[in-house]
Amino acid sequence: MQPTVTFFSGFNINDLWFLGEAALRTMWISLLSISIGTVIGAIFGWILYEGKLAATLTVAPILDIFRSVPLIIQLVLFYNFAPIIGLNLDPFASGVVILTIYTASLVANVARGGIEAVGTPMRRAARSLGMTYWQDLRHVVLPIGGRAVFPAWVGVALGVMKDSALVSVLGYVELLKASQILITRTQEPFLILTLAGAFYFALSYPISRYAAALEKRWAQ
Amino acid sequence: MFDYNFHWRPVMKSLPDLIDAAFLTLQVAVLAMIIGIVIGLCLALIRLHLKGPLYWLASTWVEVARNTPALFQLFFFGFGLGAFGLHLSPYLIVLTGLSFNCAGYLAENFRGGFQALPDTQLRASRSLGMTAWQAYTRVVIPQVFRIVYHPITNQMVWAVLMSSLGMLVGFRELSGETQFFASRTFRIFEYFAITAVIYYVIVKIILAASRLLAIRLFRY
Amino acid sequence: MIEIRDLHKYFGTLHVLKGINLDVQKGEVLSVIGASGSGKSTLLYCINGLEPIQDGKVVVDETDVHAKGTDINKLRQKLGMVFQQWNSFPHLTALENVALAPRIVKGKSKADARDIAAQQLSHVGLGEKLDAYPGALSGGQQQRLAIARALAMEPEYMLFDEATSALDPELVGEVLETMRMLAEEGMTMICVTHEMGFARDVSDRVAFFHQGVMEEIGPPEQIFGNAQSEHTRKFLANVR
Repeated sequence: MQPTVTFFSGFNINDLWFLGEAALRTMWISLLSISIGTVIGAIFGWILYEGKLAATLTVAPILDIFRSVPLIIQLVLFYNFAPIIGLNLDPFASGVVILTIYTASLVANVARGGIEAVGTPMRRAARSLGMTYWQDLRHVVLPIGGRAVFPAWVGVALGVMKDSALVSVLGYVELLKASQILITRTQEPFLILTLAGAFYFALSYPISRYAAALEKRWAQ
Repeated sequence: MFDYNFHWRPVMKSLPDLIDAAFLTLQVAVLAMIIGIVIGLCLALIRLHLKGPLYWLASTWVEVARNTPALFQLFFFGFGLGAFGLHLSPYLIVLTGLSFNCAGYLAENFRGGFQALPDTQLRASRSLGMTAWQAYTRVVIPQVFRIVYHPITNQMVWAVLMSSLGMLVGFRELSGETQFFASRTFRIFEYFAITAVIYYVIVKIILAASRLLAIRLFRY
Repeated sequence: MIEIRDLHKYFGTLHVLKGINLDVQKGEVLSVIGASGSGKSTLLYCINGLEPIQDGKVVVDETDVHAKGTDINKLRQKLGMVFQQWNSFPHLTALENVALAPRIVKGKSKADARDIAAQQLSHVGLGEKLDAYPGALSGGQQQRLAIARALAMEPEYMLFDEATSALDPELVGEVLETMRMLAEEGMTMICVTHEMGFARDVSDRVAFFHQGVMEEIGPPEQIFGNAQSEHTRKFLANVR
């Protein structure tokens, strides 16, 4: 009898479920991109450190592009470029690819900083004990350098988690996109946005505080 | 080579419009930075020197700005405030959203800057008979600005990149304008490719200008 | 004249000044000696109101420093202060460092302030360094810059807080020389110092502080030749 009422229905328990599912998708796409991006970024960081001139002329400027163009533009561009080269990627896959490269471009600098933080004297000492190059990297550079840049890496990871909201531009229904859909239907923008914001905050705030506390402790 | 014909002509034809939009992007980013610097300074000083409600207000601002997605913040100023009957224009949504975000991040930078400056500088100024206001504006803040100059430059780059979110709230800055043209002509890839180049150039110009300005500003 | 009456100062529960009574006459040079932590630097901070006090009072030329209605910024113009860490303003040239306060605190014109600054800088032997930034100056030069900066306010008293303690040994001499010159010009000075030679040769009186108490005060001949207090003799035996 009154179709408009069912259309603009209020916020209900199913909507909460819908938001929860979307929040899981936000976490999933972030987790995937951050993990792969960190590994690739660490390798790039090592190349930047070891490669010196050659890497400075090749890898560095390419990574720089991903830090100098808005993520949203990168996403749209890649999503529309993939079919041109014969790749048929859904929004999720496109999102993961770009978020991963984006993460890698940020992690590369962090990783290079980590290796530089270890310092030549310490590495010479390791090598003088008879460690191979890889042993030095694994047992000296990774623990010491990793510790030095861990807080910076947390910052990058949390940034990517928040930026994953932009994948919504491709139609992937993560948390913010889900909120937007619900707002259109329920006309309860304040409640729904508060819920979404609280989720991001609850994830990001404790982790960033923990990283800051670690940084303080390690600094002593 | 590809099963796709690139059409650059329509893009070239709308290039002047895109350049105009790029200036709008720059304008909103610069305004947001100016507002962000003023508010960020206040937030930092409040967090360093006050207790009670003002401290909590400033801390909430800073933590929300840093721990939720920028897009969420834009949505909040967009339709979140609509719940209270406050409807901002797309321009104002982006300006308030960016200013809110920049103020939060800059506040933390300023706080670090104030803490890095020895408090003996303040004492020395006061011992010469300067009022607290004179000591801050003539001695403390100019030095803090040098400490946070690099972070401020980075934040300016972020502001430009973040303003691309205007596309999602109907603001026709560079990204919004690009989407407008792209959806009319269906040359999505071409349009966004050019826009990516424009952003890259803007970012490089900002970084170069910042470096030149630093040479003029910091002769000590 | 500076009059200090029954001055008590606490940092939290720490009682750092335990009832100090002291008068400093116009034209007098007083050196304050004692181990670190004896409260002698705190005394200077209380005199120009950089630290609040808990009991007693400090009166400078009949103005109570810590009274509510006192214009402390005005009073501080009379009390030049030189710190251990010289605290030159790194973002300003030597000339600007010295000219800043006369301009914004005393309201002098830009040209007047520059004249005063140039004059004071030559006075302390930095006439050649007007346009240098502090970063390009040695520690001794920066400390002389700090002295010039304080003098540019035309103070009636100068307070020196271990002005040479943070300097490399070879730079101490030039700063002490400048302080000696001021003393000879008749400036009223309170010098917290570890330089016993300076205290003996330049001061009219020497005060020895021990654990927040002024143990002994008298002419240098008394303190260095015939100290009355056991603590004073012990301290002097150790520093020599």
